[in-house]
Amino acid sequence: MTVSTGATSGGVEKADLVTLTIDGVEVSVPAGTLVIRAAEQAGIQIPRFCDHPLLAPVGACRQCLVDVPDAGNGRGFPKPQASCTIPVAEGMVVSTVNETATKAQNGIMEFLLINHPLDCPVCDKGGECPLQNQAMSNGRGESRFAESGGIKRTFPKPIHLSPNVLLDRERCIVCQRCTRFSDEIAGDPFIALIERGAQQQIGIAENAPFSSYFSGNTIQICPVGALTSEEYRFRSRPFDLVSTPGVTEHDSSGAAIRVDHRRGKVVRRLAGDDPEVNEEWITDKDRFGFAYLYGADRITYPQIREDGALRPASWLEAFEVAARGLAAAGGTGVLPGGRLTLEDARAYAAFARETLGTEDVDFRARPLSAEEVPFLDEHVRGTGLGVTYADLESAPVVVLAGLEPEDEAGTIFLRLRKSVRAGRTRVVALSPFTTRGLGKLSATVVPTAPGDEAAALSSLLGHADHGLDSRAVILVGERLATSPGALAAAADLAAKSGARLAWVPRRAGDRGAVEAGLLPGVGGRDADEIVRAVLSGEIGGLVVGGVDPDDTGDPAAFRAALDAAAFVVSLELRETDVTRAADVVLPVAAITDKAGTFVSWEGRERSFPQIFHNPQALTDARVLRGIADELGALGSRGLDTPSLVPREGYSTSDRVGNRLGGRAASASERLGGRVASASERIETPASERPFKLATWRLLLDNGALQQGDKALAATARPPVARLSAASIERLGTTVTVTGDRGSVTVPAEVADIADDVVWLPTSSTGRGLLADVASPGSRVEVTGA
Amino acid sequence: MTVVSTSSTNEGPLTPVLTANWADDRSWTLASYAAQGGYQALDKALGMSPDEVITAVKDSGLRGRGGAGFPTGMKWSFIPQDNPNPKYLVVNADESEPGTCKDIPLMMASPHTLVEGVIISSYAIRANRAFIYVRGEVLHVIRRLQAAVAEAYAAGHLGTNIHGSGYDLDLVVHAGAGAYICGEETALLDSLEGRRGQPRLRPPFPAVAGLYASPTVINNAESIASVPSIIENGADWFAGMGTEKSNGFGIFSLSGHVTRPGQYEAPLGITLRQLLDLAGGVREGHELKFWTPGGSSTPLFTAEHLDVPLDFESVGAAGSMLGTRALQIFDETVCVVRAVLRWTEFYKHESCGKCTPCREGTWWLVQVLGRLEKGQGSAEDLDLLLDQCDNILGRAFCALGDGATSPITSSIKYFRDEYLAHLEQGGCPFDPAKSSLFEEVLA
Repeated sequence: MTVSTGATSGGVEKADLVTLTIDGVEVSVPAGTLVIRAAEQAGIQIPRFCDHPLLAPVGACRQCLVDVPDAGNGRGFPKPQASCTIPVAEGMVVSTVNETATKAQNGIMEFLLINHPLDCPVCDKGGECPLQNQAMSNGRGESRFAESGGIKRTFPKPIHLSPNVLLDRERCIVCQRCTRFSDEIAGDPFIALIERGAQQQIGIAENAPFSSYFSGNTIQICPVGALTSEEYRFRSRPFDLVSTPGVTEHDSSGAAIRVDHRRGKVVRRLAGDDPEVNEEWITDKDRFGFAYLYGADRITYPQIREDGALRPASWLEAFEVAARGLAAAGGTGVLPGGRLTLEDARAYAAFARETLGTEDVDFRARPLSAEEVPFLDEHVRGTGLGVTYADLESAPVVVLAGLEPEDEAGTIFLRLRKSVRAGRTRVVALSPFTTRGLGKLSATVVPTAPGDEAAALSSLLGHADHGLDSRAVILVGERLATSPGALAAAADLAAKSGARLAWVPRRAGDRGAVEAGLLPGVGGRDADEIVRAVLSGEIGGLVVGGVDPDDTGDPAAFRAALDAAAFVVSLELRETDVTRAADVVLPVAAITDKAGTFVSWEGRERSFPQIFHNPQALTDARVLRGIADELGALGSRGLDTPSLVPREGYSTSDRVGNRLGGRAASASERLGGRVASASERIETPASERPFKLATWRLLLDNGALQQGDKALAATARPPVARLSAASIERLGTTVTVTGDRGSVTVPAEVADIADDVVWLPTSSTGRGLLADVASPGSRVEVTGA
Repeated sequence: MTVVSTSSTNEGPLTPVLTANWADDRSWTLASYAAQGGYQALDKALGMSPDEVITAVKDSGLRGRGGAGFPTGMKWSFIPQDNPNPKYLVVNADESEPGTCKDIPLMMASPHTLVEGVIISSYAIRANRAFIYVRGEVLHVIRRLQAAVAEAYAAGHLGTNIHGSGYDLDLVVHAGAGAYICGEETALLDSLEGRRGQPRLRPPFPAVAGLYASPTVINNAESIASVPSIIENGADWFAGMGTEKSNGFGIFSLSGHVTRPGQYEAPLGITLRQLLDLAGGVREGHELKFWTPGGSSTPLFTAEHLDVPLDFESVGAAGSMLGTRALQIFDETVCVVRAVLRWTEFYKHESCGKCTPCREGTWWLVQVLGRLEKGQGSAEDLDLLLDQCDNILGRAFCALGDGATSPITSSIKYFRDEYLAHLEQGGCPFDPAKSSLFEEVLA
């Protein structure tokens, strides 16, 4: 029998293939393949612990010993060999099951178990444990260690490596998967081996916990029950769980996750294995951020406002009240937010345009600019699968603008780091300072103050040493929108250099919303203009999806608009300032209660199935349909709402998209007569507010979807202001940053940042910078506190 | 430490070269070393091309003195000279093997011999930076070595433009931190780099990617210390000593129940019988019971091996290893079970923990041996021990695990009855005080 290597050999010349025999099966694999991988190709499973295909070989556990009677040169190895460390050779003969190999494997398994507590019945890993499974396949039924009166090494039970990750040292077999992951993949070597011999254990430095954005992956790849999370430990047994594949709702990465649930409740989430997207890794936010689903503030039934207070209502009543209210409001703006599935986004688009007949629709719940719309029209919408994760790995240069990958796109960060470490990719980043993440990417940082991105991008063209060519990739983050001219400069740079361009939004539904056309159409108002129109009384109605007022460009104005609006319909998951001000509150299905599709930053459609069948949970599309039906019954507009029904097999160039295609030019035209909102700021003399405010969100912050998991929150990086050494010298290590909206006082740390720039995390303090201090890029004052 | 030196004259089969000056007045000083012709070999070497030095060492047949016996010149020639990274010479002076005491007395008595060897060897492999990694516990040796290096710098033997040759070399004396495993060459490199000392996966071998991922030669201190004499006297002179495949001389360290313990420098191929004659025989009134040919990691020998030539091939053929020529002599008062238990405790204590068989195996071996010593357990435990050893030997990541099994398997091979006697008597049949060398214990 001959087994070819399938996909992996696709691009490999026949000459590069090496043929060897494993357990009598002839296998041809690319040169350099490890024997343990070659065996997998032949369908032969060699027991292993330390081996992990995405980590460098280490050969520590010795479980994968095999006999090599012929190394390909006619001579065999005198001793069993660790198949995870030896590469194949032409003509090599390997036995994984002969007497030598079996004795070696059984011997190692016996050793592994002598100091192991064998507490499978009370261990979280029991039932999905490689040690347990392989002890059954390669171990002996009785313990000679116990029979010989052996005394196990013991440790006090678990210790915290971080607020989130606990270590049971007795169960640990020191395979080093966790330390290798943290070092090689995440770049956070905060855990390491300490002590030696049987006392060897995983440890942390004093006062330096394992606070990595990616720490949860170590729990997943631990081949025993040594690492557990605060959130899952003792909660369930693996065999009681039902697993459903999913896609993260926390960012635009499209990362595959596995949702494990029991009795209608999510118990834990794991990284899905998707080599094209997230490989086997996810961020801790993707993994642990699901407690929000079970908060006390979840809305579980429709409510309508009566005599100034919200009261429960039936769906039918709520739909009817909403329809009547909107019909009477006199013009309605639609703010669907960026968390929608593509299907729900398309329903919103149809609801706004066809049912309400308005072009006042905008998904952007964040600081925005008018110049963003033509950019999205031209370079994002309808472009399908563009730059991919694989492209990041093959690009010799990746330019980052308005994007701090570790904080804002963890999955992109890991892929970039992999490529940088392999020596394939160099990262050039426009950033106000060298962040920890950029440091881990060995990035070439082009120091860029807020607002200077356009000039910085243009300057890259002149630098031959940056090597921008058609293989290069430019990643622009969504926050580049508020930097005047920056998006256009990025597009220009791409056009002139031939580099490929990709837009990386923050939220899972952002790209889908662009595809669905949730942007103001001809004559339409954008989100900021909708707010102003409500305040000026031009329109009276608001339909608001998952929008947090504090995320918007001007939180105070947004709140005022909520109060000023004649009629507000809120489609929400949980109580917010919007629901508290709304006239009708309609609960919508959580991510677990509906099937759907997120479009990732790549333009990749990531569909996920429904997990729970909750008759109470209606999708946004179904809720909008309900309102539309009532509007139709009122004889109002929009009787024809066929696109509100989610359809199978949509494409990004469907009817809605095509219809909006004509909008690009007119949107560009509009730009001429309008000023970008970013430049609408009232300019304060530099002498009064000498600092420019740079900001972005940390991966873990006060975001709404992270609430409810204290252990996760405790691993967040503490909010600090980043200032130059000269500034800190002058101002001290605690500073107050004051903008046109208020001030915040935080500790300050030195960064290689310009003397007139201060960086603050967007949403880690109070109600967030936008509400409490100023908008990004504006001028602020920094004083010692 | 007793240096019963072989210094006096070239008596009998001894060949004092490295040890020749040990009994000199203040032998560790540059003045004393120079008075004996020290650093003249360096001049000679600098007059040769680096490749000629490598060829001379190759032709001499010098094999690594750290135990494995790999040809030193061949190791040097593996250094890829087209590699753009700097080349390094690292001297392994982390002498920690139970019974082994040759490098430490050498560095104590004549550190300049080693320093001169380092300079010549570095020149040969075109290294401009060399390191001597010394066992951390021997602070007195470290100080003496550091003083010698300082003297050598002051005299122009180290630093820039050495002896006007245009060749530059910096030499760093680095102290270990108390781990036997750091004598394993790749663990030593990790330790030298400031990391946790654990063996590295090979390949890449140190010759290609060693210290700081650069081409690196790691040699035992005695190997490097032998180089000046080879340059001075010629490869043929060196190759003329010893046996056909084990050329030259080596320091044999006799310890334990021997009348005059110490370092005896002799051609490879000498026998223990000859060495014992030189050392005044086994402790008076006693007879040889068992001995280690090369430290505790080499399988035990008994009186029947007194005439085994102590060279790499003959010792191997007799079922053990030449190792570091650490000849620990035990007379009939010693309980072999007790001795083996002590060694095994050492390996358990020193196992780095990286690989399963060594980490867990030594933990278990100690427990089984401990019970046997107390007369507990059964005869089947001997088979259990042998099976455990079989599961460690050749399965561990590095040689430490293999070494841990040597005393156990060899002692059961030769002294199975003695193990059984423990079980029959319900305890150790020996009086430990009788094996003591201290008068007060005996009294």
